[in-house]
Amino acid sequence: MAKILMKGNEAIAEAALKAGALNYFCYPITPQTEVAEYLARRMPEVGGVFLQGESELAVANMLFGASATGKRVFTTSSSPGISLMQEAISYMAGAQLPVVIVNIMRGGPGLGGILPAQSDYFQATKAGGHGDYRLLVLAPSTIQEAVDLMMLSFHLADKYRNPVMMIGDGMIGQMMEPVEFPDKYVEPEELPEKTWAATGAKGRKPYVIKSLFLDPVLLEKNSWVLHEKYEQMKKNEVRYERYKISEKNEILLVAYGTMARICQTAIDDLEAEGISVGLFRPITLFPFPEKQIQEEAVKKNVKNLLVIEMSTAQMCEDVERAVLGKKPIKFFGRTGGIVPAPEEVIQQIKQLLAKPKSASRKKA
Amino acid sequence: MPGVTIDKNHCKGCELCVRACPQQVLAMSRKIGLKGYFYAELFDSSRCIGCRICAITCPDAAIEVHTHGTTFTLFDY
Amino acid sequence: MAEQNTTIFARPEAMTETITHYCPGCTHGIIHRLVAEAIDTLGVRERTVGVAPVGCSVLAYNYFFTDFLEAPHGRAPALATGFKRLRPDMIVFTYQGDGDLASIGMAEIIHAANRGEKFTAIFVNNAIYGMTGGQMAPTTMPGQITTTCPSGRNVAQVGYPIKMVELLSGLVTPMYLERVSVHDPQHIVMAKRAIRKAFQYQIDNQCFSLIEVLSTCPTNWGKTPTEATDWLTEHLLPYYPLGCTKDFGTKEDNSGSV
Repeated sequence: MAKILMKGNEAIAEAALKAGALNYFCYPITPQTEVAEYLARRMPEVGGVFLQGESELAVANMLFGASATGKRVFTTSSSPGISLMQEAISYMAGAQLPVVIVNIMRGGPGLGGILPAQSDYFQATKAGGHGDYRLLVLAPSTIQEAVDLMMLSFHLADKYRNPVMMIGDGMIGQMMEPVEFPDKYVEPEELPEKTWAATGAKGRKPYVIKSLFLDPVLLEKNSWVLHEKYEQMKKNEVRYERYKISEKNEILLVAYGTMARICQTAIDDLEAEGISVGLFRPITLFPFPEKQIQEEAVKKNVKNLLVIEMSTAQMCEDVERAVLGKKPIKFFGRTGGIVPAPEEVIQQIKQLLAKPKSASRKKA
Repeated sequence: MPGVTIDKNHCKGCELCVRACPQQVLAMSRKIGLKGYFYAELFDSSRCIGCRICAITCPDAAIEVHTHGTTFTLFDY
Repeated sequence: MAEQNTTIFARPEAMTETITHYCPGCTHGIIHRLVAEAIDTLGVRERTVGVAPVGCSVLAYNYFFTDFLEAPHGRAPALATGFKRLRPDMIVFTYQGDGDLASIGMAEIIHAANRGEKFTAIFVNNAIYGMTGGQMAPTTMPGQITTTCPSGRNVAQVGYPIKMVELLSGLVTPMYLERVSVHDPQHIVMAKRAIRKAFQYQIDNQCFSLIEVLSTCPTNWGKTPTEATDWLTEHLLPYYPLGCTKDFGTKEDNSGSV
């Protein structure tokens, strides 16, 4: 299929349709409202369901009901809206319902700002709601990758019967790039039947889709069932990218999403100057590529890791967990909606190369 | 002749049926059911008219009403 | 010719035989049975899904032979919306208490009603929070004593009880709204008719319906079941008038009381 120039938000919307997810509930919030506007027009064209709810809180609960039918359902929102959805996400995880939620991150906390940020890492990966559950979290760094990961999200949500979150940021949502879609749409009827769905108690005992287990023995069992799923995710679903990592690197950058893309430009510019830096880019934030980061960190040539995020250090903690103190880790972050230019990254790298022991985990 | 069967294990002794019965033929037993409640009993089956009011008011669906022969249906239910 | 015994009243098929966890005299049992009877009469058990609330009836799914979803507190109308939009061929009902519907879930019920989501909402109003041990509800009467207003509801501080049926009647979207009671057999018969009518409207794909059912809570009102029905008659009926405020089926928006 030919490439089309599309806005990130709209490409993500179209990707969901391609994956046979024809049921979308939403609430407007900057910077992802274009997804809703695009689908308000497109959903009727593909015979799907579009509904703007009264709040993100209501929308997340509509997703619970909609997912219980067994069909593919999704929503998109941004940081404050995702906060509102946490209760329902916890319930959906406990009830083992598949759903895809997209967070187009903006500056926070609170009302924050409307420009891009990466300050929802904790919310996404450490489970923003209550209880023993995790979300499978995917972080694209280009619009094409957002399209590909969006389609993958539905497959993973069905596979694990767990909510899956794809986190982008305002940059990915708002910019325009050429994207390519698969030729064929997934038809909902082609998807395997969900044997647990509430389709009416005809000729079978009733199904109850719930997360309540008053008997502690049963509740514990449910939590371990969920835990086992996350262990399987850790075994099978870790995704990452190595960019220009070589034995000539003294510094290993760790970044994800738009920040990783900026780092790639910085790395390319430095390469032209003869300085060699590598980037490790996690694509799944849960399960986090701990093993792979540790493998890279312990290599003899690596003197420092430099974690760069559009936050005040969130993924940095997971990197520290992976590296286990074997190498020093430095952090550079901009937040509040400020997207650093590659020049800033280059400056940080050069500073680190000059005085590796001095920098601490502070905003430079 | 109409009559009622009261499931003594479902009955929770709330006594709503005793008051509701227009013939006043229900009373509480001095024996207890499975959950430890005193249950309701029909003590004069000859005066039961099969109106179903006791069953309608029972919160536990513990009462079944049956009849044989002619019965008058006093209201639509 | 031997005469057979005919059963003229029995537990409906859509209701399980499980002994309920409800208190003796709790009208939840009656309302459950009325819903099950409506499902049986209309023959829709195999395509019905219920949405259970948080409250005393959180375990409602144990008492019906239908599929069920368990909603977070107050969110049942949102779950019902999501489900019904994707499966309009199925019959969806929500079953909520006064905390679930009129407090935390106020936004969800108003918007679901306003959008005209075609499910049936059963609203159990017993003027108190039952499951959590008898706290004040938005529907608690002035002067009524509860654990969070031990001197009685003070309207100067917390306002007056909310009349949900009247509140929703202010919406323009056509819907069916009726308030009934289950405190005595005569009213139970009338309640059954309203509940059945609400389900029929859904089968005919007509509109949103909400049936508010005045109910007793003997345990938290501190009364015996029979005393509780008297208290309902004396205190709730005057404030919460029975009747239909909006009936989709008639030409006028308001029809007379039952």
